[in-house]
Amino acid sequence: MQKEPLLQVTGDISIVLCGQAGTGIQTVEQLLVRIFQRSGYHIFATKEYMSRVRGGTNSTTIRVGSTPVQALVDRIDLLIPLNKGSIGHVQHRISSETLILCEPDHFDVDLPQARHVEVPFTQIAEEIGNKLFSNIVAVGLVGALLSVDLSLMTDFIRERFAGKDEVLISGNVQALEKGYEIGIEQVRAKTVQIQIQPDDAVKDDMLINGVEAVGLGTLAGGCNFIGAYPMSPSTGLLTFLAQHADQFGVLVEQAEDEIAGINMALGAWYAGARAIASSSGGGFALMTEGLSLAGMIESPLVVHLAQRPGPATGLPTRTGQEDLNLVLYAGHGEYPRAIFAPGTLQQAYDLTARAFDLADRYQIPVFVMTDQYFVDTYYNTPRFDVSESDVEHQFVKTTKDYRRFALTEDGLSPRGIPGHGDGLVVADSDEHDEHGHITEDLDIRVRMVNKRLARGKLLNQEVIEPTLWPNKEFKSLVLCWGSTLPVVQEALTMLARDDISLLHFAQVWPLPQNLKDRFAQAEKLICLEGNATGQFAVIVKQQTGVDIQEKILKYNGLQFTVEEITASLKKIYG
Amino acid sequence: MEVKDYDMEQCDIAWCPGCGDIMILKVLKEILAELQIAPENLVMVSGIGQAAKIPHYLRCHTFNGLHGRALSPAFAIHIANPNLTVIAESGDGDMYGEGGNHFIHTVRRNPNITNIVHNNMVYGLTKGQASPTSSRGFKTPVQVGGVILEPFNPLAVAIALDASFVGRAFIGDQQQTKDILKQAITHNGYALVDLFQPCVTFNKINTYQWFKDNTYNLGQEHDPTDRQAAFARACESCDTSKLPLGVFYTNSQKTPYHEANSMYKTDYSPLWERPRDQKKLKELIISF
Repeated sequence: MQKEPLLQVTGDISIVLCGQAGTGIQTVEQLLVRIFQRSGYHIFATKEYMSRVRGGTNSTTIRVGSTPVQALVDRIDLLIPLNKGSIGHVQHRISSETLILCEPDHFDVDLPQARHVEVPFTQIAEEIGNKLFSNIVAVGLVGALLSVDLSLMTDFIRERFAGKDEVLISGNVQALEKGYEIGIEQVRAKTVQIQIQPDDAVKDDMLINGVEAVGLGTLAGGCNFIGAYPMSPSTGLLTFLAQHADQFGVLVEQAEDEIAGINMALGAWYAGARAIASSSGGGFALMTEGLSLAGMIESPLVVHLAQRPGPATGLPTRTGQEDLNLVLYAGHGEYPRAIFAPGTLQQAYDLTARAFDLADRYQIPVFVMTDQYFVDTYYNTPRFDVSESDVEHQFVKTTKDYRRFALTEDGLSPRGIPGHGDGLVVADSDEHDEHGHITEDLDIRVRMVNKRLARGKLLNQEVIEPTLWPNKEFKSLVLCWGSTLPVVQEALTMLARDDISLLHFAQVWPLPQNLKDRFAQAEKLICLEGNATGQFAVIVKQQTGVDIQEKILKYNGLQFTVEEITASLKKIYG
Repeated sequence: MEVKDYDMEQCDIAWCPGCGDIMILKVLKEILAELQIAPENLVMVSGIGQAAKIPHYLRCHTFNGLHGRALSPAFAIHIANPNLTVIAESGDGDMYGEGGNHFIHTVRRNPNITNIVHNNMVYGLTKGQASPTSSRGFKTPVQVGGVILEPFNPLAVAIALDASFVGRAFIGDQQQTKDILKQAITHNGYALVDLFQPCVTFNKINTYQWFKDNTYNLGQEHDPTDRQAAFARACESCDTSKLPLGVFYTNSQKTPYHEANSMYKTDYSPLWERPRDQKKLKELIISF
């Protein structure tokens, strides 16, 4: 009689690694993800981690699919705890369907329903020669369970450790093979049955995370200057640009604080560069005075804000969507701005590049809002297109009679830069005349305010329309913005109701002029966002007068999961 | 270039009659003409305060930014286009108070900019409160019992940070001021000039006569390459002697920021003139 399989999944598996910081969880993640990608599987990976360099418990969720997988799920099909005491960290996600693969003494929770297989990873590693190989045993095992080709894995390990000591390489390969052997036994015994089909399209895809998508968009937008102060979870962009600085001609300076960072960015734009300021909420709060300066001197500016929960220091390594109001209302005085909040990697690339062009054309600050979940989440996506032509700078060569703030019908004055033409470029944080010089003439003041605000009307004509998905006909509409898009999409797919659609905003300011019309056929509006007060819902109401009855809000520092959204929607529909 | 090339067509000067700023403006125009720095090649960056208004009274490119923040855009303007002459000029409150952190770190960066700080030991634009450089006992509407804080010593701080050029002048001695400022502007690296200048309205203590009586020239015997000596001179105060004027310290061994940055190793063209090779971006995208 055949035993009932311990694990049986088809088409989409969720693998979770958990363990202390600094003990190899990242290595295992990186190896597995690359191995799966080479095998032609669709991949998704995201992590949640504590604000500490060592210890604590972190986890990584990896999804492998026959079709695209791009969202966080609660479900764990296969759990691999890398340390003693780490299962408890993800206990709430373990179900009777979960299979735990662990060291004999790592199964230290009271979970009678959980199935577990004990594998002496450390003992095997020690037999090979070093207990450090234990994580590679796990990699080999998981690879076997997912029917990955052994030679593909050994080739990858050899590549990965190329140049290292031969004893180390052969040890790792042996560990991999040993793990693979154990896995294959399970597969042959049919105790583990995992069916994932490779998809040829994956091999042409790129596997990147959110911050890399923003980084590539920054380069596509012609960015050549960043002055920034490190702050989680925004630091990845500073690092990305520093890593590629020489290759792409980006001047990277670590600023003494965020105030310096944004003022450097404004100085750089003034002198003809394309600069970005990047931080998280607390750092951006310091930048707000500089933002206001951008408004006054009509400087282009791009700001990347990777959100984390506040107030104050909040939860430094966690996620949230709490800074929309901050970004929308930041800075004293009145001036136009645009705010993007990409939901996909493709949008992050496109909108970050667009942010530079929009900022340059309308001489305004443009924001790209991400969050910890978004910057740290990987999945495979088609390779981004690159424009054939170089950046089109919007500044002009000045003439002797140049006036930086010349009053024009549409409020846009040609922007000159010093050292390009015969004119003088004067920028002043005080109210100023057309030349840019300080004035207290109150008639000029009014004309300058009107001029600054007039550019907002131009912006309204270039709004990125929200994405309606999947049906044009619907009775209910779920509004969301930023990083939640793929999660809401999958939740709606799971619900399988054709009367609910989502409307995702990758641009949250300005909103489309006709937004109210988009709500016309909705009997029910639901707004889903990662904060406690429904900030976007309030903005929508201000703009449209439409009160959104239902809100799905989450603010515990973690991203929504597919199951949570499904459950919340079911609750709403009774 | 002549002095009149820097004159504004129209200019409503907001300084009080007799203000030291007026003389600084005159001296600065003369220096710029002598150094043949064209207005089209000069960017004056300032913050907020009476001193910070100076770019509005002088024909040049101007970035009159935020209070205390002049050095950050000045650094960025210079590094985005090292062919421009960049002078960051503001008062003691702006540079040493509100902008103290930027002051420290700009010294560390050693960009090729000139930092002129009008030091009148009082806040003018906000009408007479203590500045970081006000002397102990200086009474104001806020420091009613007199200042009890140690005055900020910009020269000692700059020398401690191994600034590549540190000088102090008194605008009452125009010739010496010119001489020090010219050296500062032509210096390749960060140059600080702390410039004594009386506030005739809000500082009745540190007047022209006071500065005259309480300063002396470093003279030929001072070796500005001797950092220890420079620091000792910078620490001299009115309590023990007089305040020295002159070039305190220079360090020609220090590499200016742009020369240390790989962006300007072989190419001095401004960032905006450099083409971006789209092929490289394609290659990078393929590498993921």
